[in-house]
Amino acid sequence: MEENTIKITIIDREGESHKVDAPTDMNMNLMEIVRSYELAPEGTIGICGGMAMCASCQCYIETPNLPLPKMREDEEDMLDQAFFVEENSRLGCQIYMKEELDGLKVTLAPESDIEH
Amino acid sequence: MIKTDILIIGAGPVGLFTVFEAGLLKLRCHIIDALPMTGGQLAEIYPKKPIYDIPGYASVLAGDLITNLEEQIAPFEPTYTLGERAQTIDKLEDGSFIVTTDKGTKHHSKVIAIAGGLGSFEPRKPPIPNLISYEGKGVEYIIREPEFYRNKKIIIAGGGDSALDWSVFLSNVASEVTLVHRRTEFRGALDSVEKVQDLVKNGKMKLLTNSEVKEIHGVDKVEAVSVKHKTEGVNKIEVDHFIPLFGLSPKLGPIGDWGLEIVKNAIVVDNATDYKTNIEGIFAIGDVNTYPGKLKLILCGFHEATIMVQSAYKIINPEAKKLVMKYTTVSGVTGFDGVKKQQIKAVTKNI
Repeated sequence: MEENTIKITIIDREGESHKVDAPTDMNMNLMEIVRSYELAPEGTIGICGGMAMCASCQCYIETPNLPLPKMREDEEDMLDQAFFVEENSRLGCQIYMKEELDGLKVTLAPESDIEH
Repeated sequence: MIKTDILIIGAGPVGLFTVFEAGLLKLRCHIIDALPMTGGQLAEIYPKKPIYDIPGYASVLAGDLITNLEEQIAPFEPTYTLGERAQTIDKLEDGSFIVTTDKGTKHHSKVIAIAGGLGSFEPRKPPIPNLISYEGKGVEYIIREPEFYRNKKIIIAGGGDSALDWSVFLSNVASEVTLVHRRTEFRGALDSVEKVQDLVKNGKMKLLTNSEVKEIHGVDKVEAVSVKHKTEGVNKIEVDHFIPLFGLSPKLGPIGDWGLEIVKNAIVVDNATDYKTNIEGIFAIGDVNTYPGKLKLILCGFHEATIMVQSAYKIINPEAKKLVMKYTTVSGVTGFDGVKKQQIKAVTKNI
C-alpha cells in the first residue's frame, strides 16, 4: 500500500464501478473523494458542502465489516428525512478517509430528485 | 412592472452584498428569491452553523451574517420579490430585460446579476409512483392556506419541524389528521414533539411511526393512501389530502433554460474581467457560476459582486466618465435616504 493512500471502490449512480486512490492525510471525506474523481455530476452531490444537512451524498456501504465511524445524531437525523434509505445507508460526507478503511466499497444512492 | 437598475436573482449573502456595492455607485437594486425570506442556503440549510472564513470574523453564525448584511445594505433601500421564482427572461430591443416570476410578477432592468447559489429551493418529493399526477389533486408539498383543509381528512408525512408543527396546527382545522413517520424518533423541537404526543393521547390526531406512504389511490383525486409499516404490513387509509413535508432542496431550475452557457450545473462566466455570462447584461456571481479555479466560498462571491457592479455601472450609464472607485473609509457611506455614515471627527484641543 502506498503511504497515506487507501484503495476504495465506488459504484456510481449508473452502476459503473471505480477503484480509486483516496488520500488519508488530507482530511478528505468520501463525498469529497467522489467529487474529486467526478463520479457524480456537480450539483447532485455534496450540496450542503458536507454538513450532514442534505443527504445528496447518501451511499450504501457494501463492506459491512470495516470499522466505520459511529453515526452521529445529525447524520441519523438527515437520513431520517432522506429517500431510498436502507439499513446500510450512510452519508459520504461523514466518512473520513482513514487507513483502516482500505478496501471500502460503496454504492452511491440515487439522486433524490425533486422532479421525478 | 417593477423597475430597477440591477435585478439580483438570489437573496443569499452574495446577492445581499451586491446591493451594498451597487449602492456605493448610486445604483438601485431589487432582489427576487424563491424562498419567502432572505439568506438563501444560510437561512434554509444552516442558520445555526458557525462560519469561520469570513474575513474579519473569527466566527459568525450563518443567520447572524445575514442579519448583519441586511443592516449593512439597509441605507441602499433594496426592494424584494420573495417567495417567487424567477421563471422567464425576455430581452428587449434596447438591450434591457424583463424577468417574470412563476407568479407573474414582472421586473425590468438593464442589468441582471444572478446570485442564485445552488438554485431555487424546491420541495423534496418522496419516490412514490404517480405522485406527480396527483399534484394539485390532493397532493400538496407546501401548506399555503390552512383553511383549505377545513373538515378534510389529511395525512402528513415527515419527521422534521414542519411536519410536526403543521400536524399540530391542522389538528384544529381538519376533521382528521394522521402523521406518518419512518422512524420512532423525531428531529423536531422537543416542544412540538410533546404537543403531538398530547394530541395523540387525547385522540385529536393519529401517529403512525415506523411507517411510510407507498402508494396513492383515487380516480381523479386523492381518495386513499397505502401506508406500509416496517413489520406489520400495509394499511389503506382514506384521505382527502396527502401532504409530504420532507424539506427543500436546491435546483438550478428555469435559469438553466435562459440560453446561458451551463457547465456542471453552473453558469460559465469570464473571470478575467467581470463575471459576465455569454449574454450581454447578465452576470453570474457566487456559487452559481463557474470558471477555472472557482471556489464556492462566500468571500469569493463578495469579491465577484464588487467587480461586477463596476461593469453594471458602465452599462447603466454609458455616457458617464470613467468611474473612480471610492474607499468607504474616505467618503463614508451615503444612503438613498440621504443619511451619511462616516467617521466621527475626533475632538481636538489646543494646548
